[in-house]
Amino acid sequence: MADIMLKVENLVKRFGGLVATDSFSMDVIQGEIHAIIGPNGAGKTTLIHQLSGLLNSDSGTIQFDGKEISHLSAPKRCHAGMVRSYQITSIFKDFSVLDNVAMSIQAREGHSFRFWDDAGKDADLSEKAMKILNETSLQDKAGILADNLAHGEQRQLEVAMALATSPKMLLLDEPMAGMGPEESSTVTKFLNSMKVNYTMLLIEHDMDAVFALADRITVLVYGKAIACGTPEEIRSNKEVRAAYLGDG
Amino acid sequence: MSIQFLKTPRGIYNSLLILLCVFMPIIAPLIGQEFYTDVVARVMIVTIAAISLNFIMGYGGMISFGHAIFVGIGGYSVGILASHGIESAYIQWPVGILMSGLFALIIGAISLRTRGVYFIMITLAFAQMMYFLSVSVEKYGSDDGLTIDARSDFGLSFFDLNDAMTMYYTAFMLMVGCLYLNFRIVNSRFGRVLRAGKSNNERMATIGYPTFRYKLVAFVIAGMMCGLSGLLSANFEDFVSPDLLFWTFSGELIFMVVLGGMGTIMGPLGGAMIFLFLTEILSNITEAWHLIFGPFLILVVLFARGGVEGFLKKYEDPNG
Ligand SMILES: Nc1ncnc2c1ncn2[C@@H]1O[C@H](COP(=O)(O)OP(=O)(O)O)[C@@H](O)[C@H]1O
Ligand SMILES: [Mg+2]
Repeated sequence: MADIMLKVENLVKRFGGLVATDSFSMDVIQGEIHAIIGPNGAGKTTLIHQLSGLLNSDSGTIQFDGKEISHLSAPKRCHAGMVRSYQITSIFKDFSVLDNVAMSIQAREGHSFRFWDDAGKDADLSEKAMKILNETSLQDKAGILADNLAHGEQRQLEVAMALATSPKMLLLDEPMAGMGPEESSTVTKFLNSMKVNYTMLLIEHDMDAVFALADRITVLVYGKAIACGTPEEIRSNKEVRAAYLGDG
Repeated sequence: MSIQFLKTPRGIYNSLLILLCVFMPIIAPLIGQEFYTDVVARVMIVTIAAISLNFIMGYGGMISFGHAIFVGIGGYSVGILASHGIESAYIQWPVGILMSGLFALIIGAISLRTRGVYFIMITLAFAQMMYFLSVSVEKYGSDDGLTIDARSDFGLSFFDLNDAMTMYYTAFMLMVGCLYLNFRIVNSRFGRVLRAGKSNNERMATIGYPTFRYKLVAFVIAGMMCGLSGLLSANFEDFVSPDLLFWTFSGELIFMVVLGGMGTIMGPLGGAMIFLFLTEILSNITEAWHLIFGPFLILVVLFARGGVEGFLKKYEDPNG
């Protein structure tokens, strides 16, 4: 039996009358890339907000690495080993690329109640940050202000910041949003290479990427999981084709 | 800081500010404006409060509109203890600083749960509460204020705050100490957390920072530093009054920080210097000095967003 990394049961989120997450259940097995696809407004980002602890769920349970985490705050979930990235780039724009990543590293190295030594001259911190930048091909941009990066590079930094927290599992919300085909395929290769080290929940609109990367796919429509299976199963599922892939 | 920096407009401007503080007791009599020494002493004391406000507002994004409360608590600690005959600095100063820190802890624990305009309103409300308390307690002078008969006593023959030069240079040394402390903290790991929280608080939470406690600690540090400013003010003026707690003073502190350059190390000193000297000079020229001062404030906010520091920086590096 494969180990279950994340187990979500009957998760619900209502915004007034709108049920954005509707008794949603799924699990993610250790080492797999589990993709969630679904049309705009299906509730994918809302789900990531709930999993990462930014939104309280109305009901349901979230088990991560064998522990119930629904009651944990966002930073505690990160320390437990589950980190997210954002669909809408969320970086520290007035910090350098290196310092953006260093913030994540500093977070995982215990408390930051250190008031005296210059963090910018902390060789250990920059070395570890540089390593992450190397992994994410951002090493040449280390000294640049994050705000001055090209869109594609900012998307990479978005993922790099998540990686730098040394997570067990990544929740990636459309990492290729707004990228051209060339950049997308680079990121696809990159995510594929990370597969050995991380479990991933991947939300993505780029179907080529999803079918290339995912071990399993869950299809979300109006907050409900209408199907879950391997890429082949999803591709041939009539309901999915009708509801989403749209070429029935 | 390199020698190179001292040759830039910002370097020259900041060096001038420091030199002015160091030499004003010598310059003032030479130019026949003896009271300028007192103005600069006030500048240095209020600069400590402005550094404290800049620390949480400029670096941490917390717009405290009741920051005067901590100056008031520091000041009244000296005043109240002195009125009971307790003149020892070794009691007055720790009490003043710890009381300011304690109030900052309580006010911060409540107000930091809110954002934006709510945070501004709550900090203002606390300061106004304290203001009305100080006005209503007759025992401690109510709205007439409280005259302090003797300055804090350090029990040292060579260090006596009653001596004008000792008082002046004590304020100077403490101001420089606070500038340096602020410089160290904002560049430390803690300071980075504070600054990144201003830039993107939610992301800080999702990469693993419990942001509330970092902000609270910053708020307490600021409260204590501001209390120190109050201790000095009470000693320098031999007097404390509810004016120290009034909201207009909190507003002036915000303006000094913005004028000098928010989120810059030396901004508070430049802001306080320009603010107090303009007030001094304009009020000597005309009774309607507010009519000149008001539009000046508006122009600064409209056209010099980064304050004097930001203006000089742009001048150095037009692309920066
Ligand atoms: N904070 C919110 N308040 C009200 N409605 C929201 C909020 N966030 C999302 N929604 C709604 O919930 C639904 C799901 O949105 P979202 O999770 O962003 O979808 P997706 O990421 O799949 O495109 C949408 O109808 C959206 O309008
Ligand atoms: Mg979305």
